[in-house]
Amino acid sequence: MRMIQPRLAAAGYIGLLLIVLVLLISSPWWAGHSAAQMQFDARLMPPSTSHWLGTDALGRELWSRTLAGLRLSFWVGLSAALLGTLIALTLATLATLSTTLDALVSLLIDTLLSVPHLILLLLLAFALGGGTQAVIIAVALTHWPSLARILRAELFSLRHAPYVAISQALGKSRRFILVHHLLPHLIPQCIVGALLLFPHAILHEAALTFLGVGLDPTQPAIGVLLADAMRYLTGGFWWLGVFPGLGLLLMVLSIDRLAVQLRRAL
Amino acid sequence: MALDVRLIKILASRLVRLALVLLCVAMVTFGLVMLSPIDPVDAYLGPQMAQVSPEQRALIAERWDFDASPAVQFGHWLSQLLSGELGWSHIYNQSVSEVINQRFQRSFILLGSAWLMSLLVGFALGVIAGAKEGSPLDRMISGYAYVTASTPAFWLGMLAVLLFSVYLGWTPTCCAGPVGVLNQDVSMLTRLHHLVLPMTTLALLGIATITLHTRARMIALMNSEIALHAFAQGASRSDIAWRHGLRHASLPALTLAFASLGELFGGSILIEQVFAYPGLGQATVEAGLRSDVPLLLGIALFTALFVSVGNLIADSLYPLIDPRMAQEQL
Repeated sequence: MRMIQPRLAAAGYIGLLLIVLVLLISSPWWAGHSAAQMQFDARLMPPSTSHWLGTDALGRELWSRTLAGLRLSFWVGLSAALLGTLIALTLATLATLSTTLDALVSLLIDTLLSVPHLILLLLLAFALGGGTQAVIIAVALTHWPSLARILRAELFSLRHAPYVAISQALGKSRRFILVHHLLPHLIPQCIVGALLLFPHAILHEAALTFLGVGLDPTQPAIGVLLADAMRYLTGGFWWLGVFPGLGLLLMVLSIDRLAVQLRRAL
Repeated sequence: MALDVRLIKILASRLVRLALVLLCVAMVTFGLVMLSPIDPVDAYLGPQMAQVSPEQRALIAERWDFDASPAVQFGHWLSQLLSGELGWSHIYNQSVSEVINQRFQRSFILLGSAWLMSLLVGFALGVIAGAKEGSPLDRMISGYAYVTASTPAFWLGMLAVLLFSVYLGWTPTCCAGPVGVLNQDVSMLTRLHHLVLPMTTLALLGIATITLHTRARMIALMNSEIALHAFAQGASRSDIAWRHGLRHASLPALTLAFASLGELFGGSILIEQVFAYPGLGQATVEAGLRSDVPLLLGIALFTALFVSVGNLIADSLYPLIDPRMAQEQL
């Protein structure tokens, strides 16, 4: 019973999240392209039945801009999390090959972990010149070290597992052991690791964009919406700031809960 | 006596590691800046770039050695760095070390107060929640911690401004003091008035991590033989939380607080931006946006030192919590 319960909960979460994601990704088809459509007779309107979440300073519907922003956050976050996981797996595997490589990888991990993420991200955004691709690469490059540390420790403890020793005694090559024994064992950890990186990646993308060094300000990213809202905050246009952030919070929270449930179930 | 020698050895090896990591930070950050597509002469000139002739540009490039190979430039920079010279910040028209010094003094009040608050409140909430797992109070506290862990820091700041400054009018909307008043003329009370909202928002984020960690520790304690023994002697849950819990979980909380200085600093960058608080975080964003390379590099190194020292303290606290770890390290 104890084993089944977390799995059921995880299945429930996955189902719920899938429904939300399908809605989110399919929204351009049923919501139209109103994210960029301006209505000059309806600027800065508060939420009402005709403008669900209100409108911004150019009369654009906030609900469609928030949806578009969440979609963008989702894709950028997913790409960054996957890329980060791939880097972590590659470097953790490299670390097992020789002691010199291991020392180098560990030093790189320590180095990157000693600079605050956001400063490293600012530097990377500066180095790569901004834009969607740069943000994905920058977020991936800053988020792999913590996962790499876990994967490396796992690989090192597996090296002394009985089945690896037997395989070695049977004269199997290092590559054979890596491909057939070690990597399959790491797949669940990589999935959970990627899912745990995902919400962090989304939050950091939004933060970078908010600061003005992330995604292109003409795109309806959540960070752009919130940076716009900052300018109207003291005027009391609360809906501009509240709804995009709330949407982001709900998305990050659900992915994070899913990752935690999945880790418990596996 | 033998212990002293071993302790010194451990400390020495940690310091060597710290120096090595800082050298790597210098290399990585410098390499990143070299990668940048932004022309260093343009970055140096800023808005005046249109008024400068090609001959003058060549002179500037020669003066700063922009045409030399990256390795040579890194060598120059590193030797300057080792003699304590961090360079000149063109956006503030001050030396980088002065900018960092001034700005950090203001940020330090914000960071320090938020750090202390997140440690104390986070620990208290964690003990309360973990003392009785599954109780309504525990559900409320851990629910709060899960939600704040997923909340964008700057959005929380925006909500705080909206509620407390715009609607309730309790706190000022920006800055570290009233606009137009010299820094030294601002009274202590006004300073605190400006500090309270950014500090609380920054602390709210740190509280979540410490609460969840302390809660897990407390739950483990409540299921341990120590607790079983105390229960058998007739102690109540709050007795155990008070007598054993505080000692059991306080050092880990302190260690975690030291180990998460990087996150605290990252949060302060965003919070300072939202509240227009003129600290180091705001200077970092300005340096990034306006390509002030020496300042950006200086801040990266400074924060790396700050975070590494925090980690060093955290690492040194571990053996105090668990003497077995001290054995392993020797």
